[in-house]
Amino acid sequence: MGLLPRRYIFSLAAVAATAASLLVTPAAMADFFSPESGGSPNANRIDTLYWITFAIAMVIFAAVIGTLGYCLVKFRARKGAVAAQIHGNTRLEIAWTVGAALILVVLAVVTFAALPGIRDPENSDAAAAAGIVQPVAAHGNKKVPADGKALNIDVNGQQYIWRYTYPDGDDNNLNNPFSYTEMVVPVGVTVTLDIRAQDVAHSWWIPKLGGKMDAVPGYTNYTWFKVIKPGVYHGQCAELCGRNHANMIATVRAVSPAEYKQYIERLKNDTKSADAAAAVSRKKLDANPQANP
Amino acid sequence: MASDTLTETPTAALKPVPEITAHGVQRQRSGLMDWLTTTDHKKIGILYLVTTFVFFILGGVEALMIRLQLGTAQNTLLTPETYNQLFTMHGTTMIFLFVVPIMAGFGNYFVPLMIGARDMAFPRLNALSFWLLLSGGLVFYASIFFTPPEAGWTSYTPLSLEAFSPSGGQDAWIFLVHLTGLSSLVGAVNFYVTIANMRAPGMGWGRLPLFVWTILVYAILLILALPVIAGAVTLLLTDRHFGTGFFDPTQGGSPLLWQHLFWFFGHPEVYIMVLPGFGIISEVLPVFARKPIFGYKAVAASSVVIAFLGLLVWAHHMFTTPSPTVVLVFFMMSSFLIAIPTGVKIFNWVATLWRGTIEFKTPLIFCIGFLSQFLIGGITGIMVAIFPVDWQVHDTYFVVAHFHYVLMGGAVFAIFAGIYYWFPKITGRMLNEPLGKWSFALMFIGFNVTFLIQHTIGMDGMPRRVYEYPDVGHLQLYNQISTVGAFILGLGILLTIINVLRSVKKGPVAGPDPWKGNTLEWFTESPPPLNNFDLVPRIRSVEPMKDIRREVERQSEPALAAASPSAESTLRG
Ligand code: HEM
Ligand SMILES: [Cu+2]
Ligand SMILES: [Cu+2]
Repeated sequence: MGLLPRRYIFSLAAVAATAASLLVTPAAMADFFSPESGGSPNANRIDTLYWITFAIAMVIFAAVIGTLGYCLVKFRARKGAVAAQIHGNTRLEIAWTVGAALILVVLAVVTFAALPGIRDPENSDAAAAAGIVQPVAAHGNKKVPADGKALNIDVNGQQYIWRYTYPDGDDNNLNNPFSYTEMVVPVGVTVTLDIRAQDVAHSWWIPKLGGKMDAVPGYTNYTWFKVIKPGVYHGQCAELCGRNHANMIATVRAVSPAEYKQYIERLKNDTKSADAAAAVSRKKLDANPQANP
Repeated sequence: MASDTLTETPTAALKPVPEITAHGVQRQRSGLMDWLTTTDHKKIGILYLVTTFVFFILGGVEALMIRLQLGTAQNTLLTPETYNQLFTMHGTTMIFLFVVPIMAGFGNYFVPLMIGARDMAFPRLNALSFWLLLSGGLVFYASIFFTPPEAGWTSYTPLSLEAFSPSGGQDAWIFLVHLTGLSSLVGAVNFYVTIANMRAPGMGWGRLPLFVWTILVYAILLILALPVIAGAVTLLLTDRHFGTGFFDPTQGGSPLLWQHLFWFFGHPEVYIMVLPGFGIISEVLPVFARKPIFGYKAVAASSVVIAFLGLLVWAHHMFTTPSPTVVLVFFMMSSFLIAIPTGVKIFNWVATLWRGTIEFKTPLIFCIGFLSQFLIGGITGIMVAIFPVDWQVHDTYFVVAHFHYVLMGGAVFAIFAGIYYWFPKITGRMLNEPLGKWSFALMFIGFNVTFLIQHTIGMDGMPRRVYEYPDVGHLQLYNQISTVGAFILGLGILLTIINVLRSVKKGPVAGPDPWKGNTLEWFTESPPPLNNFDLVPRIRSVEPMKDIRREVERQSEPALAAASPSAESTLRG
C-alpha cells in the first residue's frame, strides 16, 4: 500500500515523457501529425482522408483511455470496498459491438468518397498541356484522366537507381529521351507513371506527390501526380532492394511547360550527338580494327 | 518442500489446501540428463520460456544496435550489409524464436494445469517440439559465423533468390522456418488434442479458462497457416538451388506469388503472436480486479472470430503492389471487420475493471500497459487498413511504429504480465514488487519514447530498412529521441531479468495461491509436483478456485481450529 503514491509518480513521468516526445518540435505541426502533402492533389486528398481518420481515432482513443483511467483511479482497492460481481451485460455488449461496426461503416464511406480523387488522374490544366500531353489508353489497373490525355512517363527501378523514359511522339521507343534519378515534369500537367522493375522489387515514392507504388519485376504498376507549384520534390525507394536501398533516391523537378519542352529537346540533342560521336568512332574502328583495345 | 510451504502459510486453515497424497513414482534423474530427456510438460515449459527469453535478449541487442546506427544521420557505425543482417535477424528472432514459441512455453506449462490434466496428451511429441525449436534457432544463429541473411524477415523475392542473395544465410533462414514451423505444428496438434480430450470433469467448453481458449485458437491457426509457409520456403529453396522458377520473373515465375503465400501465413502469424497475450490479459485482469471477466462468452468467441477473419486479411500487406482495386477494397473491408471483435475484447477488459477493487500488483500494471498501447496499435492498424492512407505510410517508420505497438506494446507487455503472474507458480517464489514496478515504468516510458515518434518519422518520408538517412528537417532529432527511448526500454527489461534471477533463489515463498487466482493451476502446490494433482475437482464454473475457496471457507467456519480443512465435497478422485 505504501507504493500507491509512487504509482502516481510513475504514471506522471510516463505521461510527461510521452508528451515531451510530442512537443519538442516547434516545426509545422501539420506535417508532424499527418503525411506529407502540398505537391499534388492526390497527396492532398490522402492527407485530408488521413486527418478525418485521425480525428475519429483520437475520439476513440480518448474515450477508451478516459474510461480506463477513470476505472483505475475510482475502483482501486480500498478498505471495505467490495468488487461488484458482474458477469456481463448482453445489451451493453451488443451496443458496443454495433457502435464499433458503425464507426467502421463511416470510415468506409469516407474512404470510398475520397477514393476516386486519389486514384483517378485529373485532367491537365489546358494552358499547360498544349504540345505535351498525348492520348493514353486505360487498361487493367491503369487509370487515365477524363479527357484521355496525359504525359506518360515510364519509371524503371533497378539496383540502386531510378530510370525515367519520356515520350517523344513517335512509335520507336528506342530513341526516347531518358534520365536517371531526377525526373523533370511540367507544372499543371497530369503525369501518369508506368512503374516497372528491372531486377528486384523497388517502390516509387515521392511523399509530397502522393502514395507509393511498388515496382515489381514482371508487373507494371500505375500511379499519377499533377504538380501544383514549381520546385524540387524528394523521395526515395521504399521497398528493400539490397544493401544500397537507403541510397536509391528519387527527385521530381517541376518546371514550367516551356522549360520542360527545352529540357526534352536537350535530352534528345544530347542523345543525337552521343549517337553521332559513337558513329564516328565506330567508323574509325571499322577502318582500323587493330586500334581496338 | 510441500510441507514447508504449507506450514509457512499461517492462514492455511482458511485457504484451500492442496491434498497431495503421492508424488512421482519414477526415480528422478539428476541434473542435466533430466532436462535433456524430460517429457514433463512443466520442465518443457520452463525450457521453452528460458530459451525463448534468451532469444528475446539476442533480438533486443540487435534492436539496440539498429537504434544506435540510426541515432545520428549518415552514421557510419555499421555497414549497410551488417545493418540489413541485423534487422533481418532481429525481426526473424523476435517472431519465430521469441513471441510465437514463448506462448507455447506458457501454454505447455499452464494448459494442463489449468484444465486439470496431469500432462500434455503426447509428452514425447512435446519434447520433440522443444528440441526442434532449439535446433531451428541454432541453425539460424550459426549463420553469424559466415553470412547472416539480409533480405528482411519477409524475404521477398527476387531479392532472396540466389542471384541477389547468394549467401547461405538465406538458406539458414529457410531452415529456421522449416524447423520452427515443424516444432509449432507438432506442438499445435498436441495442444489441440490435450484441450479437446483432457479437461477436468465438468469443464465444458463454456468453462474453459480464457487463456486455454486462446491457446486452442493459436493451435488451430498454426495448423492452418504453417503448411503454407513451409511449402513456400521449400519452393524458395528449390528456386535457389535446383533451378525451379516459381518466384523468379526471368523464368516466368511470380514475385507476387511469394508475397501472397508469405502473407497468407504472415498475417495469421500476427494473431498467433497476440492471441495468447489476450488470453493472459483475460486471466490476470479478473484476478486483480477481484471480479469475474466481463462477458466471458464474448471474450472467448471474439478469439474465434478474430482467428477466422485473420485468415482473410493477408493482402492488406500488399496494398502498394500491382493489384486491382477490388482486391484492395476487399482486404480493406476484411481488415475493418477484424477490428470489431478486437474492439469488443478491449471494451470487455475495461468493463472488467469497472466497479472492481483493483489491486495494483505488477501483473496488473503490465496489463494496463498492454491495454493502452495495444489500443494505439489497433487504432493505427485501422489507419493502415485504409489503403489510400497506406499508400503513404506503407514500408515507412509509421508501420514500424504500428507493429511494435501491437507486438512489443501488446504481446510483450502481456508476456511480462504473464511472467509476473505465473512466476510464483513456476518457481514457488515471489518476484520483487518494487523492482517489478520500476521495470514496468522504464519499459512503459522507454517504449513510448521509442515508438510514438516513429509515426512522425515515417510520415516525414523515412522508409523502413534503411541504414542511413539524410540530415533534413527534424529527422535526426526524432531518431535520437527514438534511440534514447530504446535504451530506457532495454534498461526496464534488464530490471525484470535481474528480478527473475534474484527471486528464483531468494524471493519470498509464494505458497500455492498467492494471488487468490481463479483457475486450477492455483489448486496445486508451487511449483507443482510431477503429477500436478492427486485429486482433480469437479468444475462448476469458469472460476473453479473461487468455488473451492468459498466451499472451504464455509466448511471451516464452524471449526476454525481444524488444521486441515477438507474440501471433499468439491473433489473427485
Ligand atoms: C526491444 C525493443 C525493440 C526495439 C527497440 C525494436 C526496434 C526495431 C527497429 C528500429 C526496427 C526497424 C529496422 C528497420 O526497418 O531498419 C525493427 C524492425 C522489426 N521489429 Fe523490432 N524492436 C523491438 C522489439 C520487437 C519485438 C518484441 C518484435 C516482435 C515480436 C519486433 C519485431 C520486429 C519486426 C518483425 C521488424 C521488421 C524487420 C524487418 O524489417 O524485416 N521488434 N525493430
Ligand atoms: Cu530500390
Ligand atoms: Cu529500395
